[in-house]
Amino acid sequence: MRVFTAALAIAAGLFVLSGYFFPVDQLIELRVRLIDWAIIIAGMAVLIGIYNLIAVQMEKIRTRQKGGMYGALLVVALIITFGLGLILGPENPYMHLTVDAIIVPVEASLMAILAVTLIYASIRLLRRRVDVTSVLFLAVAVIFLIAIMPMPFAAALPLQDFILRVAGMFSRGGARGLLIGIALGTLLTGLRVLFGVDRPYGGN
Amino acid sequence: MLALGFLVLAAVLFLGLTFWRQRSPASFRIIAAYERLNRSVGLAVENGTRLHISLGRGSLFTARGGSALAGLAMLRRLAERTSVSDRPPVVTTGDASLAILSQDTLQSGYRAAGAEEQYRFSTGRLTGLTPFSYAAGALPTIHDENVSANIIIGDLGTEAGLLAEASDRENTNLIAASDNLSAQSVFYASAQEPLIGEELFAAGAYVGAGASHEASLNVQDILRWLIILAIIIGAGLKILGAPI
Repeated sequence: MRVFTAALAIAAGLFVLSGYFFPVDQLIELRVRLIDWAIIIAGMAVLIGIYNLIAVQMEKIRTRQKGGMYGALLVVALIITFGLGLILGPENPYMHLTVDAIIVPVEASLMAILAVTLIYASIRLLRRRVDVTSVLFLAVAVIFLIAIMPMPFAAALPLQDFILRVAGMFSRGGARGLLIGIALGTLLTGLRVLFGVDRPYGGN
Repeated sequence: MLALGFLVLAAVLFLGLTFWRQRSPASFRIIAAYERLNRSVGLAVENGTRLHISLGRGSLFTARGGSALAGLAMLRRLAERTSVSDRPPVVTTGDASLAILSQDTLQSGYRAAGAEEQYRFSTGRLTGLTPFSYAAGALPTIHDENVSANIIIGDLGTEAGLLAEASDRENTNLIAASDNLSAQSVFYASAQEPLIGEELFAAGAYVGAGASHEASLNVQDILRWLIILAIIIGAGLKILGAPI
């Protein structure tokens, strides 16, 4: 069974990859079909994931772990929202209201907390690690913040434009370097899966 | 055609170097974060604490899936190494497919270590499907489950700052890497020893996942030098006015 799953996964991977490189109609059609199937499976995976979420929270409630009350709240809210979604449909204005009035404000609040957290982390950076790169990191961050700051009574100063151009040149170069490294890492990770060396689908 | 050639070259180098590395294992430079990771794993097993491994929310249908797969390869090895512990590691993800794969990988790791009965499906968790709901769902794991080290490896955005802050508050070790530039800068400011760029993909090799992971690093180095050469030659030709 393990050999079969590995062979199936490798074959699917090879067909999808070939579909990108060789513009043969049959290969392209096969690639699109395989990706469609994968998307359907991913849709089912969301349902399984939600079941997992409920099961973990129920275990928390059952074993009276810390935060069990929040778990109960989550499960009740999930069941109500899911039920209403099935009855009213996802395009119903009340369903939109659920998102706009609850989820968006909660996430916006978390974003606000994050802003404070990041400022705090930047302040503590020099306490944690005092080296040239940390100082440079902080200095560039502060200079960038000043440069993008809106001027209350005037258009952007020429100095701001100069800072953004010079610092942007270095940061773009650095970002491209990092992204090339990440692309190479992704390529090799993909090859390991394609050759069946890494089998995250239970075949190992 | 160039892309295909690059892919074939990478594949040939990978296969060749994997066979070579099976005979002569590589020695790599010391990366402080992975040293800390290996220490944290040993410590967690010894003092009966838990590891929290966050694989982020990189969907396998996007280019971000690479970091998720790298995280899964590391997870497999960590599951094997912590199978003797009383408290199994907890894995949190923000993508449903990734959550299922993490459960599968944990089970495979325990099976390989001969401790499949230790596996609990609730140790591979989906905590939320949006960036902030994922972070909010993962925070109680860091705070309430006797975690001694947080290993965050995968695709995350700025919400990673919330996880890093929670780890800092609990005074636990934080080993963090991401393929996302925003998350990398957050980790640079928050982690004791940050992992930058492609160091994320070195996780497998540094936790002893085998010759193929070592060969991957060697191939990455070779390809990187080729790209550097191509950039220098291209820039030189451009300066000389060649039509490129």
